[in-house]
Amino acid sequence: MKIKEMKTDLGVIKGLELSFDKLVDETWDEPMGPTPFPSITDLRDWDMRLLEKFKPFYLPFCDVCCLCTFGKCDLTGDKRGACGLNMAAQQSRIVLLACCIGASTHIAHARHLVKHLIEKYGRSSPIDIGGLNIDLEAPVTRLVCGIKPAKLKDLEDVLDYCEEQLTTLLSATHTGQEGSNLDFESKVLHAGMIDHLGLEVADIAQISVLGYPKADPEAPLVDLGFGVADIAKPTILVIGHNVPSSVGIIDYLTDKGLLGKVEVVGICCTAHDATRYSTMAKIVGPISWQLRYIRSGLADLIVVDEQCIRADTLVEAQKVKTPVIASSPQNCLGLKNRTKDAPKEIISDLIDGKLPGVLILNPDVVGEVAVETVTAVAPKRNRFKIIPEIEEVVDASQACTSCNECVRACPNNQPISDAIKAAAKGDLNPLSEIMESCVGCARCDSACPNDLPLHSYMVKASEKHLWDQKYKMRVGRGAIQDVEIREVGGPIVLGDIPGVVALVGCANYPHSGAELVEIAEEFAKRRFIVVTSGCAAMTIAMEKDEEGKSLYEKYPGNFDAGGIVNVGSCVANAHIAGAAIKIANIFAKRNLRGNYEEIADYILNRVGAVGVAWGAYSQKAASIASGCWRLGVPVIVGPHGAKYRRMLLGRKDKDEDWEVIDARTGDKVYAGPAPEHLFTTAETKEEAIVLIAKFAMRPNDTSKGRAIKLTHYIDLHKRLYGAMPDDIHLFVRHRADIPITMKDEILAFLEKKDWKETRIPDPTLLPRMIRKRKGE
Amino acid sequence: MSARAEPWQKAEIAGPKKALLILKPEVVAAMVKKAERPILVVGHHAVEEYSEEVKLIDYVIRLSEAADIPLVVTAHPINEYSKRGHHPAGSMSAMDIGNRLNDPKWEGLDGKGQYDLALFVGLPYYMEFVILAGLKHFSANLKTISLDRFYNPHATWSFPNLSIKDWSENFKVMISKFAGE
Repeated sequence: MKIKEMKTDLGVIKGLELSFDKLVDETWDEPMGPTPFPSITDLRDWDMRLLEKFKPFYLPFCDVCCLCTFGKCDLTGDKRGACGLNMAAQQSRIVLLACCIGASTHIAHARHLVKHLIEKYGRSSPIDIGGLNIDLEAPVTRLVCGIKPAKLKDLEDVLDYCEEQLTTLLSATHTGQEGSNLDFESKVLHAGMIDHLGLEVADIAQISVLGYPKADPEAPLVDLGFGVADIAKPTILVIGHNVPSSVGIIDYLTDKGLLGKVEVVGICCTAHDATRYSTMAKIVGPISWQLRYIRSGLADLIVVDEQCIRADTLVEAQKVKTPVIASSPQNCLGLKNRTKDAPKEIISDLIDGKLPGVLILNPDVVGEVAVETVTAVAPKRNRFKIIPEIEEVVDASQACTSCNECVRACPNNQPISDAIKAAAKGDLNPLSEIMESCVGCARCDSACPNDLPLHSYMVKASEKHLWDQKYKMRVGRGAIQDVEIREVGGPIVLGDIPGVVALVGCANYPHSGAELVEIAEEFAKRRFIVVTSGCAAMTIAMEKDEEGKSLYEKYPGNFDAGGIVNVGSCVANAHIAGAAIKIANIFAKRNLRGNYEEIADYILNRVGAVGVAWGAYSQKAASIASGCWRLGVPVIVGPHGAKYRRMLLGRKDKDEDWEVIDARTGDKVYAGPAPEHLFTTAETKEEAIVLIAKFAMRPNDTSKGRAIKLTHYIDLHKRLYGAMPDDIHLFVRHRADIPITMKDEILAFLEKKDWKETRIPDPTLLPRMIRKRKGE
Repeated sequence: MSARAEPWQKAEIAGPKKALLILKPEVVAAMVKKAERPILVVGHHAVEEYSEEVKLIDYVIRLSEAADIPLVVTAHPINEYSKRGHHPAGSMSAMDIGNRLNDPKWEGLDGKGQYDLALFVGLPYYMEFVILAGLKHFSANLKTISLDRFYNPHATWSFPNLSIKDWSENFKVMISKFAGE
């Protein structure tokens, strides 16, 4: 606003210019809580309460620190490095670095998406992730920031905050900064909370404007599997997490009337989001499917965006004469930036093979170049592949000297050497069996001194099975509706619904992905709510029952007992945390606005949610998990997750650790180890299943709810361990908690343990939550 | 297989402090006899069959009974021990037993105090690797031995990478030393 001249009582003002960055619409009547936009120390007290119960157990991967030129420093035992840091602090520091990497990846992803979508759809595009079914559109943002985003532009404020916090957190890892392991741990939790904001911003932005399913329990089923593409058609393979380039491809196909004439298939989360955008897209599989698909020659063109993409994609693609388009500034692959060149020139260069690939940083140009190139390249390539024929595998396997370098390189210690010996005799079945547990890393290839392409041999041995892989997965639905929360909030908090299990994360499985399918079905049958996302959501589609149905065809997609709920890609994990937060608000009427500590305390003590990342491998998985910890949600990882360097473990043998405050009286009451740990590793799927049932117990469970939860825990323990659990007495508070069908058995057990009744508190860890009596 | 201090998974490099090689199984027997409070931690791989010759679960049961070492089973297969008439002293997750061994004030499974020697076998290699690393750094009074077929550098002592046959022989020798043969 410019004012040339204004006469006032004070005098004449000339040349006044006023500008408004933003108008604050303060119509939200919810009172502001104590910690809007919290700094890295504002929630430190809460973190320390958690860390007092769930102490770090460090699992150093490395004995030294090599992060500065003082070093390397030997930190073995009680030694300190040249900077004064000890091993405990160094491990927490590395965890913080990992979580900062993870959070920055999600936040940068969100920033890119918001910027791109604002450019395309305008700053005033409304946030709408569920129409009339969702009033509480951004629970994490409301909780952490104390704002209610209504338009795309409002998300920029959230990202500004995230970026500021992230920079501060990262700075704490510099030499000569933080020196306390517990303060590093507090910062880890802060990084996780910031990460969840990044997730939420990214997903609500894309849901709002890209026409994704909006909290739809009946989101459509989509094709998934190695064999889903029609090989008679040119095929574009998209890999990564950030959807705009896939949208560019689908839009171009739509505009040119080519839908159905070109296959668009995806690997990893960009495939999730492509199918949320259009069900003409198909999913090949999770992260570990990259090499097997590329080497099989099935992709006529590959478009990579960002995150979890193999760094050797271009090298592998060149082997099968497949051009590559890189489309993200985070992953340029050394390719020439052709963004500003005429698409026709780029297409011509790719078709003629003058370039192995190009970098294009404009999604619309990616769409045009990808489609026009693939239609010309596909007939020339003629599905050229580097998977050898059986005779070649048998012949080449003769060269194996059984040196075992392949086995020693394999993350799962698979008997590759024995399988190659069998192959040399013409039996490829052992190689095919190994493929079941193969994470697709191809470290065996790199290790082989004879340069045998062992992963390709496994693909050949499993070819028939791979080609038969065609499953149905329910498209990511996005958020959970408010009305769904209204219906299940009570049963979850009281314990009638025995728990919410979130099966999330990557595909770094210790054995076959079938284990995850088994876990999912076990809990769906037991009427838990099973939610899932990312590569885990793909994996649980990849088994069929005798009627040929996947779990998504057998179980409903609504957020209710017995549902299997695919929320979507990695960034959709925000809706899982969001559902827990919404329970506190919608069911319990707790204020969310800038009220993190109270809501986390509520979730820890009342909401029986458990996260399971059975194949977690990434830094992103670490930051997502740490966001769950701060919110009071325990996380179980598969055996490879032990490499995250530290667990957060409770000690059920220390009664004093499990006291909570009864908010009714202020008394301290023993509430049992519920949950026992905040972060732990399960060695086997059987152990994980039992832990899930156990970790779903919470101090607030009613007797009826606790009896239901105990039934599942004991039943599973008996079936999978072959014996009663030895800690039942810690979870039975009084006789009404005992499952009726197991009463005699449990009473006999309790007698041996000298068990005594306690009361069910109104549990909290926060002294300020103690309610004052009248007259006080 | 060579008797070298070389991790089985080749990138799992540790140091400066690495496990000393156990070249003779009699050394294990001597160390267990010398220890005041030994404990044997056995992972779920014990119930897998390595070959017709080797069934690790049978060896660890015999070792536990012959040497009178309390045996803790990690993960789920405790029932397999009961089927063989053995009742382990404890059953808990690998992380839980690692965490307790890390606590100098832990009273042990029998309430008589912390252990001074922990023998590990049958866990996934990489899980055992990091748990032993935790104990190496944070449990000054605890010595650890890896009885696995593969060299595990974060233990105090470890077998080298062994063939199944040699590994099996090692168990036989150790058990015989406790059985007074």
